[in-house]
Amino acid sequence: MMCSASAPALATDAGQPAPGLALPDARGSVVTLDKLRGQVVYVDFWASWCGPCRRSFPWMNEMQQKYGEKGLAIVAVNVDKKRADADKFLAQLPASFPVVFDEAGTSPAAFGVKGMPTSYLIDARGNVVVVERGFLEGSRGELEERIKALLASR
Amino acid sequence: MRVTLLLAFAILLGGCASMTPPQPWEKGDLARPAMQFDYDKLETRAQQHIYTSKEAATGGYGVGGGGCGCN
Repeated sequence: MMCSASAPALATDAGQPAPGLALPDARGSVVTLDKLRGQVVYVDFWASWCGPCRRSFPWMNEMQQKYGEKGLAIVAVNVDKKRADADKFLAQLPASFPVVFDEAGTSPAAFGVKGMPTSYLIDARGNVVVVERGFLEGSRGELEERIKALLASR
Repeated sequence: MRVTLLLAFAILLGGCASMTPPQPWEKGDLARPAMQFDYDKLETRAQQHIYTSKEAATGGYGVGGGGCGCN
């Protein structure tokens, strides 16, 4: 009957290579993780309906401003079903980093996202270093230290 | 007649088993304000207060929060 096929979600954990990612941004140009190899990448899965995601955008803007030129690449993957919802969110909270759109939800399935938001800090070789579930103010300092350390050892 | 009806219900019920829960990134509709148990937080609190004082019982309302599985 009305059953929807769902991919078995195997969570990507720290120490594992990051799954591939190839998604279009607002202008239609495709952002891939392969192209960002050699940079420290922060992949964030977010949605307009997710409360903590609202708080994560100012922080990601700050990180982009601080470390963008030093080799940090932030990629925010929107998983909204309706693109208009995402656009409304972005009008309120403009992002200074690339935002890509995955309405079908194939990339969060590939990463095995267990909650919204979930972020993955990926090193220059493409391995996941930190998996951050949810957005907690308390863990921001530690995460920033990890970003700094990864940028230094790159 | 009764047997066929029962059988029909049993088959209908079987359809529920094939439903898979939504994935965390698919909970946009569940996170809408209209889908919350406590749509109006202030009203819920007032109701709880009255209920507690009238019934001398409290709790058992599950976990509040959005449907996004994050907070």
